[in-house]
Amino acid sequence: MELINKWPEYHKKDVVSHYCPGCGHGIVHRIVAELLEEMDLGKEAYLVCPAGCAVLAYLYLDFDIIESAHGRGTAIATGAKRANPNLFVISYQGDGDLSAIGTAETIHSANRGENISVIFINNAVYGMTGGQMAPTSLIGQSTMTSPAGRNPEVDGYPLHITDVVAQFPGVVYAERVSVSSPAGVKKTKKAIRTAFETQQEGLGYSIVEVLSPCPTNWKMDPVTACKWVDTDMAKEYKPGLLTDKREEKRKEKG
Amino acid sequence: MSKKDKVFTVKVRRDFCKGCGLCIEFCKKEVLAASPKLNRMGYNPAEAVNSKACIGCMMCTQICPDLAIEVYSE
Repeated sequence: MELINKWPEYHKKDVVSHYCPGCGHGIVHRIVAELLEEMDLGKEAYLVCPAGCAVLAYLYLDFDIIESAHGRGTAIATGAKRANPNLFVISYQGDGDLSAIGTAETIHSANRGENISVIFINNAVYGMTGGQMAPTSLIGQSTMTSPAGRNPEVDGYPLHITDVVAQFPGVVYAERVSVSSPAGVKKTKKAIRTAFETQQEGLGYSIVEVLSPCPTNWKMDPVTACKWVDTDMAKEYKPGLLTDKREEKRKEKG
Repeated sequence: MSKKDKVFTVKVRRDFCKGCGLCIEFCKKEVLAASPKLNRMGYNPAEAVNSKACIGCMMCTQICPDLAIEVYSE
């Protein structure tokens, strides 16, 4: 008997994560650990964790990890990459972190075209604090702070931050994927691999937005939450490639 | 040896499973089902009830958020 799905080297063994049943964070953590092993980057890897549910990622991932202040992930990643360009810097952020309190850091680091990889977990609510409305919440979505549904007249419209930064010349690669099905998980792995390769080649900023289920705060069971990602969320945030300027950058670099 | 001749065995690590049921939903061969017994955390974990039907597509291990499923081949 031979085990097919071996435990990733950079994922700690025999720990049970604190994530709720059906949460997408566990899948993305596994993908990151698998890719670092496959691409042989574990020794140089440097992960910047956000404030949010993934704040405890250092308990599950077994390589260098730093904690950032709320929203300042890409600022810390910038500092780390500039101080030591040999590091492989990943910023792992949620939607409350990257697209609400950290909008300034996100936009300016993208505009500067820092050579970092950003993983953006979008679950349309503030997960850790109990399901309050986030800038990415959908119109009509019921949350703790919008019990009657998000009303665009009062709360504005869902913020498509990845589409915004994809317009910048410094952003080399941007893609939106979801982890709501096994096919989606494979696409997510491919997208994150491309983002990592972009950084390895030194081409510039890469961002992967991952639509992730949050069954607890959406008040759904995990299977319904996955279906909701595919039906409602994917309508507002269409999965797919947003920008790919790798060829141009390669030509520029010569 | 082609994939068709292989025999796959599915094992769920009981105390790592949080009973989200995603593997049960995405397994097309109905290999997995929720166990009636609670685990250490108080969830009904998934268990392999029909391991013989497994074709090794690895859908369950792809979607499992907790790395709770092990698939063996022989």
